[in-house]
Amino acid sequence: MATLEIKNLHAEVAEEGGETILRGVDLEVKSGEIHALMGPNGSGKSTMAKIIAGHPAYEVTDGEVLLHLEEGDFGDDFEIPEDKRTWNLLDLEPNERAALGIFLGFQYPAEIEGVTMVNFLRTALNAKLEEREELFEDDDETDDEEEEEVGYDTSPMEGNPDDGEVGVAEFQQLLQEKMAQLDMDEKFAHRYLNAGFSGGEKKQNEVLQAAILEPSIAVLDEIDSGLDIDRLQDVSQGINALRDEQGTGILQITHYQRILDYVEPDHVHVMLDGKVAKSGDASLAEDLEDKGYDWVREEVYETA
Amino acid sequence: MSSDQDHLKETDTEARFEFKKEEKSAFKSEKGLTEETIRVISEDKDEPEWMLQRRLRALKQFQQMPMPTDWPGQPDLSEVDIDEIVPYIRPDIETRGGAEKWEDLPDEIRDTFDKLGIPEAERNALSGVGAQYESEIVYQNMQEQWEEKGVIFMDMDKAVREHPDIVQEYFMTKCVPPSDNKFAALHGAIWSGGSFVYVPEDVTVEMPIQAYFRMNSEGMGQFEHTLIIAEENSEVHYIEGCSAPKYSHFNLHSGGVEVFVKEGAHVQYSTVQNWSKNTYNLNTKRAIVEKDGTMEWVSGSMGSKATMLYPASILKGPGATDNHITIAFAGEGQNIDTGAKVYHNAPNTKSTIESKSISKDGGRTNYRGLVHIANGAENSSTSVECDALMFDNESTSDTMPYMEIQESKVDVAHEATVGKIGDEDVFYLQSRGLDDDDAKQMIVAGFIEPITEELPIEYAVELNRLIELEMEGSLG
Repeated sequence: MATLEIKNLHAEVAEEGGETILRGVDLEVKSGEIHALMGPNGSGKSTMAKIIAGHPAYEVTDGEVLLHLEEGDFGDDFEIPEDKRTWNLLDLEPNERAALGIFLGFQYPAEIEGVTMVNFLRTALNAKLEEREELFEDDDETDDEEEEEVGYDTSPMEGNPDDGEVGVAEFQQLLQEKMAQLDMDEKFAHRYLNAGFSGGEKKQNEVLQAAILEPSIAVLDEIDSGLDIDRLQDVSQGINALRDEQGTGILQITHYQRILDYVEPDHVHVMLDGKVAKSGDASLAEDLEDKGYDWVREEVYETA
Repeated sequence: MSSDQDHLKETDTEARFEFKKEEKSAFKSEKGLTEETIRVISEDKDEPEWMLQRRLRALKQFQQMPMPTDWPGQPDLSEVDIDEIVPYIRPDIETRGGAEKWEDLPDEIRDTFDKLGIPEAERNALSGVGAQYESEIVYQNMQEQWEEKGVIFMDMDKAVREHPDIVQEYFMTKCVPPSDNKFAALHGAIWSGGSFVYVPEDVTVEMPIQAYFRMNSEGMGQFEHTLIIAEENSEVHYIEGCSAPKYSHFNLHSGGVEVFVKEGAHVQYSTVQNWSKNTYNLNTKRAIVEKDGTMEWVSGSMGSKATMLYPASILKGPGATDNHITIAFAGEGQNIDTGAKVYHNAPNTKSTIESKSISKDGGRTNYRGLVHIANGAENSSTSVECDALMFDNESTSDTMPYMEIQESKVDVAHEATVGKIGDEDVFYLQSRGLDDDDAKQMIVAGFIEPITEELPIEYAVELNRLIELEMEGSLG
């Protein structure tokens, strides 16, 4: 079970005189849990999501973003040494964070022309697996002898047998399965990444990517915005499956109670002015729906 | 293929493009360009008198014409010194006009093509391959069924001897006369090798015809001529690949391509060119398209120090169509000046130009285009789209789309976009597990996809691989 631990995180926009956005965030998300992060516009929710994933536009001025891993987090065959179970994500490149199991679902995903979904996702999956191997490679010892013994008994259609990649045929099958689960049309596999996708299709695609890449922690930034009710149900079902089938921990950023009717949170947090101002259970979201954020603000500043 | 070559292919792509062979030639002309040199070349090729006379006329024109110097944003050609160029090298092969069998070729030539993967493509039975090594076609294989249909595909030098009537009519007379420009004149004087393609009426050549050119000696010029004649209602796709390893001296490539698209015919000319970073690549390519004919130019221009290349179509007959898809990549110290020219000289003619360029590390790409719609070419339409992608603030990309519209009943569209590789796009891909370089490569591969999808898989793969190498900066 992996744990994402955010400690006293302070951050500003990475330019001279950049605005301070985060003012000491504390938050902990374990795999298998669903957390909802709510709060008014400008409170720092999206910024935090991007910082977790490593966006270069922000500079962390204080605090830590730690990822704690446990034995078996990457399957039974993947051994995680004792001394490599805690990582400070802030020291890592975005792709290295992805390799360790961090996933960011974007509110506005990029559209990449000319790159088919199937090609992109297979490349991403293989890149992630390769990077993971590298991160856990023993720096001191040389494992040459051991490496020589490793052989993969796969057909040429399943990729180069020397590097353990997920091959074309194998991947096609995986993608088809996952798309069927999300009720996505097969034709999406051969469309260009997000290009010309509707808002709802893009969101569905973000969940599909999480299902393929099997992260231990997925931060989903307003994945519910711009969805009609049918699509909202599809997307919600996909998110629940991430948790139930893969044990992914979900940090769900949202403005609305609506999605929480389908994706029931274990914990709800309210972010105000760059801090987590209040945490509670699912009933907190209902209170927010009824009463807005002002009462939280009053409560917080009164006690302060 | 031996196993160590297999190894080379898989593990060291760079070596495929960088290696060079010790020069070993049977005949090498003197440096520089004189009437005497021309006579020697012509004699060595055993050419008829009329070809010699054409060469000499072209030489005179070359000597009289000034170097182009004053185009806005034009690449610097001051280093191009014709006296330093060895215009003609014939490799050491017993049978002139090309070996008939692959096995008859000298080892080092076979090895060169092996590394480039050419016989591999051939073995995959894509079609026949005509390959030019230095200045002569050395290997050529043509499918028997084409011959039966009357299709001719041979080395240009051989065509002069074997099909003098056709060549005399079409060679640098109606399409690209030597008087066209300084380098067309140079080409007319010292051209050597190249491909001759003749497709008779109503014949469709189903598989692409391929040729590969490679410049292998230092300080040499390559001046191959490609002449394609597609008779009425015929169809052919011709593909050319070019590359040259790097030497300290400059190289000059000045090819000539002439395409005749007769009534209702369809010709696609595709090329992927990768020249070494000291090559000046100055070509003239032109097609004349008759009534209801279609000409398609697909080109990827990589490498070279400077390229000036503007494939042109003259839409001569009503209903003629022209499509251009071009891509240019310029890295450090490179100036790739490419574009397209279309002359709409008849009614109901149509053209589309799609130009994409990538510049990196201070490289410079220009789109230089001309669309001319003549008075009387009514109901014609043209659409020009230029997209430039830049990696950094040091790189440059200019668009110079000239439009000369002399007819009012026409439809003209022009669109240009210039963008830096988007940080958000890169971050998105990185967040999915791709490292910074791979993310950028994927974006570029997507950007050029309209080109690669027009090419057979081997060429598409090679183009992508070349761009990967360029982006890593590992290609000389």
